[in-house]
Amino acid sequence: MMTEFTPVASFFGGTLIGLAAVLLMALHGRIAGMTGILSGLIPPTVPDWNWRLAFLAGAVAAPALIVGLGGYAIPFQSDVPTPWLVIGGLIVGVGVHCGAGCPSGHGVCGIARLSRRSIAATCVFMASTAVTVFVVRHVLGGFA
Amino acid sequence: MMRNLAALLIGAVFGTGIAVSGMINPAKVQNFFDFAGTWDPSLAFVMGGALLVTFVGYRLVLKRPAPAFDTSFHLPTKSKLDLPLLGGAATFGVGWGITGFCPGGSIPALGLAEPSALIFIAAMVVGIALARIADNVRQASASIDATTNG
Repeated sequence: MMTEFTPVASFFGGTLIGLAAVLLMALHGRIAGMTGILSGLIPPTVPDWNWRLAFLAGAVAAPALIVGLGGYAIPFQSDVPTPWLVIGGLIVGVGVHCGAGCPSGHGVCGIARLSRRSIAATCVFMASTAVTVFVVRHVLGGFA
Repeated sequence: MMRNLAALLIGAVFGTGIAVSGMINPAKVQNFFDFAGTWDPSLAFVMGGALLVTFVGYRLVLKRPAPAFDTSFHLPTKSKLDLPLLGGAATFGVGWGITGFCPGGSIPALGLAEPSALIFIAAMVVGIALARIADNVRQASASIDATTNG
């Protein structure tokens, strides 16, 4: 499945992700890692669940508003069948819980703090993702 | 109130960044890793932009005594590399490669009303809950081992 190379939009979007991370640290004193923010909302919820829910609501609302009010198209392509979404989702859930983070927490916030754990985790998951994509697409022949 | 309103707006900035950058698109994420096929290097520019801003911004922010809405910064304290960290990261990569969804990419995709995002997120939440239960069972049995004398 081809996607267009978008260096400018991707860099600009990246700076917005960074801006959100800086603001959440400046105002709430929190790491903008989706794993940590989301985990606090899964029962038993943490006492400070309300800002987490607000962050999630904003993250969901923004793309909806960009499409609904702005009239812009946001490319979304996936050929992953439902059973594999379920299996992959379970694997991601277990992985980010044990690994204490994901690309937003380790890959952006952790590396920006020069955290040894985050740098190591990011290298490991980048490598394992690349191997997985190779196996799925070129050894097993992909989903299509 | 201000704290939650700010979180809502920061979440919107995050969600906009995920959408504009292409991180919201599972095929684009998978293509970043598909050097042998339909390679799309865009994700490197997402990381570059995000790290540039966060690296500089954190240095300014963390010099302050405390965040605006709290008494202290909540920063991870662990520094040792251990098996759960590296094993968890390797496990996560398998799921990320299969689906093209990570936690931060999938949540904003809900705003596009994409059923695949909803299915993925439901499974991911179950995965986190199961891993947490497994943690609790392990800790409970470890504390029984530590407090009983055979």
